[in-house]
Order: sequence, then C-alpha cells, then structure tokens
Amino acid sequence: MSTTSNAASTRPPAAAPASGETAADTAAKPTRAATASAPPARKRRPMLKRVADHKGAKRAAPWVTTLGLFVVWELAVRGFDVPQSVLPTASESFAAIWTYRDAIWMHAAQTLFTTVVGFAVAVVFGLVLGALVGSSRTIYDALNPMLIGFNSVPKVAVVPILVMWFGIGTVPAILTAFLISFFPIVVNVATGLATLEPELRDVLRSLGATRRDILMKVGFPRAMPFFFASLKIAITLAFVGSVLSETVASDLGVGYLMISASSKFNMPLLFAGLLVIAAMGIAMYELFNQIERRSTRWATRGSGGQ
Amino acid sequence: MTAGFVELDRVRLQYREGDEFALDQTSMTIKEGEFVAVVGPSGCGKSSLMKLVTGLMPPTEGTVIVNGQEVTDPISIVGMAFQASTLLPWRTTLQNVMLPLEIVQPHRSRLRRHRTEYEDKARALLAEVGLSGCEDKHPWELSGGMQQRANLCRALIHEPRLLMLDEPFGALDAFTREELWDTLQALWMEHRFTVILVTHDLREAAYLADTIYVMSKRPGRILEVRKNDIPRPRDQDTSFTQPFVDLVHELRDHIRTVRAT
Repeated sequence: MSTTSNAASTRPPAAAPASGETAADTAAKPTRAATASAPPARKRRPMLKRVADHKGAKRAAPWVTTLGLFVVWELAVRGFDVPQSVLPTASESFAAIWTYRDAIWMHAAQTLFTTVVGFAVAVVFGLVLGALVGSSRTIYDALNPMLIGFNSVPKVAVVPILVMWFGIGTVPAILTAFLISFFPIVVNVATGLATLEPELRDVLRSLGATRRDILMKVGFPRAMPFFFASLKIAITLAFVGSVLSETVASDLGVGYLMISASSKFNMPLLFAGLLVIAAMGIAMYELFNQIERRSTRWATRGSGGQ
Repeated sequence: MTAGFVELDRVRLQYREGDEFALDQTSMTIKEGEFVAVVGPSGCGKSSLMKLVTGLMPPTEGTVIVNGQEVTDPISIVGMAFQASTLLPWRTTLQNVMLPLEIVQPHRSRLRRHRTEYEDKARALLAEVGLSGCEDKHPWELSGGMQQRANLCRALIHEPRLLMLDEPFGALDAFTREELWDTLQALWMEHRFTVILVTHDLREAAYLADTIYVMSKRPGRILEVRKNDIPRPRDQDTSFTQPFVDLVHELRDHIRTVRAT
C-alpha cells in the first residue's frame, strides 16, 4: 500500500517492480556497476525476469507456492515418519474436510457470519471514530492513550467478560471480531485525514471552506486508500477474533469444532479447521483487495494499471 | 492618502510570542490590477506575507486592508497557487479546476443548476493556458508544467480579484518555467486581476512584475521598492535587452547586500 504522501499527483508511479528498478539502475550507471560483477549477472537476470514476468507465470505463482507448501508438508510428514497424533499429512487433513463436510459447512457458515457481522460493525465504528480522531487534534490527544491501551488488552481476556454479559455463542463471537478489528481502521482513517497537505488546506481555507467542506472534498477521498488498506487487515483480524471467542465460549463455529476435535484427539479434523479458516480469510481478503483496486484506482495506478 | 487595493500598514507578524518577528514594519500599497513581485533571500517571510494578505493569519501588529476592508478572516476574492500543484489525484483536470466553485459563494449554490455553463467556463480557461484536450485526464497523467497550468486555472476559476502566487514555478525546469511566464502574463493582460508573486527568481520578477519589492532577511522588512516600466507584452527577446539585464543586476546587488549583512 502506497502511503499517498504529499504531492501525490507529482510523484512517480507508486510501485514499480523492485527488480525492474535495479535493472534500470545498473543500466543507467554502466561505468561503476559494469566493472564490478554486472556482465555475467546481467546476462542471466533478464531471462529469469522474462520467465517471472510472463503473464501466465504471474497468475500461476500463488497456486504453485500454495501447492508446493502442501507437497512439502506431505513429503516431510511421510519422510520423517511423523505420527498422525503429532502432525497429520496434508492429504489426511483434506480428507478430513471431505469426511466431515456437513459439520464443517455448518460451523464455517457460523464463523463466517459472526466474522462478517463483527467486521461490519467495526467498519462503521472505525470510520466514525477515525474521522473524529483524524479531524481534530484535541480529540486525537484525548482518545489516543485510551485506544492504544484498549488495543493492547489481549482479546482472549475480554471474552469471559462478554460471556458473563451475553452468554456463550454468537454475540461474544461477533463482539470479539469487532473489538479486534476496529483499531486498524481507526488508525488508518485518522492518518489519511491528518496527513493533508498544508498548502491544499490553505488554498481551501482561503476560499472560505469550512472544516466540513475540507473533510468532504479532500479529507475523505484522500483517506480512502488508507481505509481500504485497513479493511484487508481488519477482515483477517476479525477471523482471529471470532474463532478465538468460539474456542473459549461457544457451541458453534470452526473454533468450537476444533476444540471438540482436540478433545477427541482428531488431529486431521483440527488441521481441516485451520485450512478452512485460512481459506475463508484469503477469500475475504481478496474480495476487499478487488474492491480497493476498483474504487481507488488513482492511488494504485503504478501497479494496478498494467 | 490614496487607498490601494491591497494595503499593509506597518505590519508585524510573530508566529508565537517570544519568537523572532517573521515580518517587521512592513508597509505596502498595491493598486488594483497591479502585478507585484516580492523577492528576497529564503526565510525572509515571503510566505508569511501570503498568509497575511489572504487572511489565513492575523497580523500581530498593524493592519492589512484588502478591497477597502480590514482582513480578519479568509477572504474569497483571492485565488492562491503554490509551488506544489496540490491537484487532487482522484479528480480529472476539469473537476480539479472546478473545485473552488464548489466552495465559494455565490457559485456554490448556483453550480448544480448551471453546471454546463460553469463547465464551459472551465474549459475555456483551460484552453487559454493551452490545456485543451486534457480536461478528462487525471493530474498524474500531466507533466509538471501542465499541472502548474491547471493549478493556475484552479486559482482563477472563481474570478478572484487578487491572485497570490508562492513560487509557483519553482519546481519546473527553466524552459517550462519561461513558457509559463508567458502564459501567466497573457492571463493577466486579458483579465487584469491584481497579482502578488512571491519568488526568489529575479528574472521572473523582472519579466512579470510592474513593481518589485525587495525584502531583507528575518525579520523581513521591505528594503526597496523598484518600479519596472519595461513595456508589455514582454517576451523572451525582452529578457536580453539592456534595461532588463540592468534591472536583474540591480536586484541581484540588493539581494547580495542583504545576504551579506
């Protein structure tokens, strides 16, 4: 995520691929670089780069690495003869997903539900609080220590309190997801609002713009990339919160499923639960990644345009 | 006393109590339609002058009068442009230029109903600075010089009677800068707003201004007021004529003595 700093309009495209930059650098300064070690390295690098930059390779890369991880996992467990009670193989874990598909489906749906609801509350709350904190220095000073203190409290310590208030189950899971995920949203929205260029503020103020004008015309649009970047972090954190609450106090959800699997020494099912959570996390992250790309194209123009 | 359009009377400005004065005993009288340049060494309070005249900051002592009224709050008959173009990257060039219309009255309340009329006006202004065809481009698709042209349009769209420029061409290369001098001069000769141009480029001051104020180091005072009668329109050839070269030399000498003290 590029932090659209001052003069966003004049700065060079945000994220040029790092390897391309170095290559261009060496080409630009042939005198020094070439005498050192460049010639053989330079011959090889473009070829590697060509393979790496190939469109198909780019598409395939995440799948290849993920698949690779599973293969390594499988081979390592088999090769070192690790007992299933310590670490099941990848295939056993996937088999468990299939075997317990009905239960997993139900529990995953519950986890997804509590996560998304908690996250949605966090978005609304985070936007409002972020706007307040970012637009006024006094509010920032007043709330900042409290926010940091609150964020430092391990959420697992809060769950028992929530259970006392709301009983076990859905509500504590939603609240934990909310509590754990609103902080990055607040911080990012506030940062986006607070880093407005002073010249631009002067231009607007001299025209007679009110605080609200500045916030609506410049503040919020400018904070959008920050906001969307925080959503990607927040949604994955929300999963952490809901699953955490489910493992401590629930009879529903993937967290509960894993706790009960653990009490039955069902290692493959435990790992199946992990895989399902990870998959849901990736899917939601990617969803917000796409939304971000579409809605703030101006901020990711260097990497998003192709 | 002949009242000027912009009048500074023994103005002092201090950012915080106990600080050194940023401006000291500064008096200026600027006529309506005059093109004024303020030159001086860096840190001489030129930018403070901008804030004073636009009402973004009240003077510590003395008075600032613009258009017959003492300035206490931001005044919207002014347009501003800085070295950084600060165009909004999520807006097209046309939308950027129209931003002031969304803020300044009476345009603000008229904008919705008379949008096409205002859009035509913005397009015409963009055409005047040579940006026809760039209306729907985003700022990052424009070169630095084009961005500054658009920035000038944004400063002028609400027809301010006073244009404040703070080193607007400072970040541009020499050729582009001189092109923009011509653009600004043409705009000024066409619309005849009052201009206060803060700059450290002495050739720029000599090329554009009717009156040049030379300021001292901090605390900033006005040391010299120099009239510049070189006939207009001035062009690149003018800048090689003897009067022009002499004027730049004279200003140079002033600055040199200021910096030496």
